[in-house]
Amino acid sequence: MNIVIKKKRAFKGLSLPENKITAKKPIEILPVPDKVVIPLQQNLGAPCQFIVEKGDVVKTGQKIADSQSYVTAPIHASISGKVTRVIKVVNPVTSTMMDSVIIESDGEDNWVELNKLFDIKKSDDFSGLKKIIDSIDRNEIIKKIREAGIVGLGGATFPTHVKLNPPKDKKIDTLILNGCECEPFITSDHRVMLESGREVLMGLYIISKILSPQNIYIAIENNKEDAIIHMEKLAEKMGLASIIKIISLESRYPMGAEKTLIKTITGRTIPIGGLPMDVGVIMNNVATSKSVYEAVIEGKPMIDRIVTVTGAIENPKNLLVRLGTTIDRLIDSCGKTESGANYMIIGGPMMGISIVNTDFPVTKGMNCILVRKSRIPIEQNCINCGRCVSICPMKLMPLVYVRYVKRGDFEVCREYYIENCIECGCCSYVCPANIPIVGYIKTGKNQLLKVVG
Amino acid sequence: MENDRLLISHAPHIWGGFSTSKIMFIVVFALLFPTAAAIYYFGLYAIYIILTSIATAVLSEFVIKKLRKKRFIMDGSAVVTGLLLALTLPPRIPLWMVVIGVFFAIAVVKEAFGGLGYNIFNPALAGRAFLSVCFPNEMTSWIIPPHFNYDAITGATPLNDNFTYYADKLSLYKDLFFGNRGGSLGETSVLLILIGAAILLVLRIIDWKIPVIYIGIVALGSFLMGKDILFQIMAGGLMIGAFFMATDYVTSPVTDNGRIIFAVGLGILTILFRNFSNMPEGVCFSILIMNAFVPLMDKYVRIKPFGFVRKKKNA
Repeated sequence: MNIVIKKKRAFKGLSLPENKITAKKPIEILPVPDKVVIPLQQNLGAPCQFIVEKGDVVKTGQKIADSQSYVTAPIHASISGKVTRVIKVVNPVTSTMMDSVIIESDGEDNWVELNKLFDIKKSDDFSGLKKIIDSIDRNEIIKKIREAGIVGLGGATFPTHVKLNPPKDKKIDTLILNGCECEPFITSDHRVMLESGREVLMGLYIISKILSPQNIYIAIENNKEDAIIHMEKLAEKMGLASIIKIISLESRYPMGAEKTLIKTITGRTIPIGGLPMDVGVIMNNVATSKSVYEAVIEGKPMIDRIVTVTGAIENPKNLLVRLGTTIDRLIDSCGKTESGANYMIIGGPMMGISIVNTDFPVTKGMNCILVRKSRIPIEQNCINCGRCVSICPMKLMPLVYVRYVKRGDFEVCREYYIENCIECGCCSYVCPANIPIVGYIKTGKNQLLKVVG
Repeated sequence: MENDRLLISHAPHIWGGFSTSKIMFIVVFALLFPTAAAIYYFGLYAIYIILTSIATAVLSEFVIKKLRKKRFIMDGSAVVTGLLLALTLPPRIPLWMVVIGVFFAIAVVKEAFGGLGYNIFNPALAGRAFLSVCFPNEMTSWIIPPHFNYDAITGATPLNDNFTYYADKLSLYKDLFFGNRGGSLGETSVLLILIGAAILLVLRIIDWKIPVIYIGIVALGSFLMGKDILFQIMAGGLMIGAFFMATDYVTSPVTDNGRIIFAVGLGILTILFRNFSNMPEGVCFSILIMNAFVPLMDKYVRIKPFGFVRKKKNA
């Protein structure tokens, strides 16, 4: 049975040089570090509070922070040992300070007791596994996902249990698993699909039990042909071929962005300011799906993730890293950085954030560390060429924002729907005058938030 | 890391590398085709005009930038302005007039408004318009290409009222197409202009909408007024104006709809000037007038963004 469907893009966007140099490199496990730094704010929504104190002894997987709010996800100790200090760390995304704990390892990596219902690495009894999943109550699954601290691993870090529990008046008929990974360089999701395909598909099965949608799609760009074939074979082997469709998509940036992907697959347009659930769609990242499986069936909380370390470095790798490991350890394990490399990015080259130092820890939303040699852009005058307008996937007029943000007329930016911008970076990429358009847009958005409150 | 100090910058961290100077270089390259026609038909003096024009343009920009205490970037825009202006001039204009026109174009039309990107009017065309007003006689003294069949052509530029052509229609079209006729330096050879334009279109430097719609409207208007369509679109500066002047980024709209309105306006104005004014040619002034509307169009002709929903009225 052919479950692969080809789809053409439904937006403009760009064709970027892929540079996926780590695509063929199997995931390596980074040794458990002797120290982790765990910040409190690792998800979109409310930050957590610590439930441990300085001097406490914790086990791997023990919950160390939680919150009463609904939109939040608890945080767990990623190694076993002693909480030695509470410090403040600068959040590179928001440039605000956030509380963090330092846990020093006891060298034993003692885990909390996990209630493992099934061993997917060893057993092929998928119908048995499905029966186990079918027997768990929907609310119980959502509770398990929450307790495991799972957030969207594509980068947005929205708490998954909230996403999987949409308001009653939103009818969800389509579930999309996003394995596009349209940013250059990053290969973490690609490797997850190849090496943990079983967990990904069973995670998808669990999510589909919660939402019971009519259509289930796995979206993969056609530059990952091996992943498409692998997922197709696995889906047939696991008896999921009748309910799942795999969508093979043209490689085009930003295919993996929520709005463009939903438009491409379903033809539905998310209204400005709306969410996928407004058009009956829930979308999850493939790595999130894997984590959902581990949480529900293996009882394993979110304490590690896969990070691609790549760019101007001797030996680029895909690493399985404990959360809280500082970035310098990841860099060290990949060999020397090339001479002149003086620029480090968390995330991909299009949307990632450059960081000031390598002391920063790996957090839940971090899928890539990119080392680069700097390019010092010289901003020139806008020549009104209209390239940014013609490629914008959100059909905006990016050059206008530059003009008005420079003047300080932030309100005017709203008339041009600045909040509809997904900050994909296409406009800056094509700008012949080298204007950091997205930088201006971010400034404009922040100023508007301040003005309105 | 080797050094502890890391650089901080905005996303995205990669760049397509298609810079302003590359665009300008390609435009200059495309303009070399009409330039070749100018030299071929009008001789060595054409080279003097072109070199004077380009040198004055770059030099004026350099001096003005220094006076404005701004950084001078050799982005090639001054070269484009200089070359374009030269190509719109009559083939025997005195060189000192060229200097005045180019200086006006760069100093007043471009830099006084803030430099590249801020000028409202196309500098080359505004420079030409300035010269037409200052030196009306020199700016309208045409010669026929010196070494071609004298029998067929009399008078000056083909759009003049006293233009007469003695041979049959087909050879008139042929002469217009290959450039064997009187006119400004760069406007005569339709063939070479189209080759240059094709380069710009293939490399996606210019959008087809403005030139195609502009020429289409002129053709339609000529048809409605009972004129010879082919003659109207090939004679005069329409071709070089439509492909190289009206498509100037800075002085044309950014949105598709804006560009369509712009091109339609150009077409209508050109028909009006050609048929009802006492000037033989109207492309230059049509473009300058429509330039003035571009800021308005960029403000009011917008695109419907992704996910746009018309606000429901409270019924």
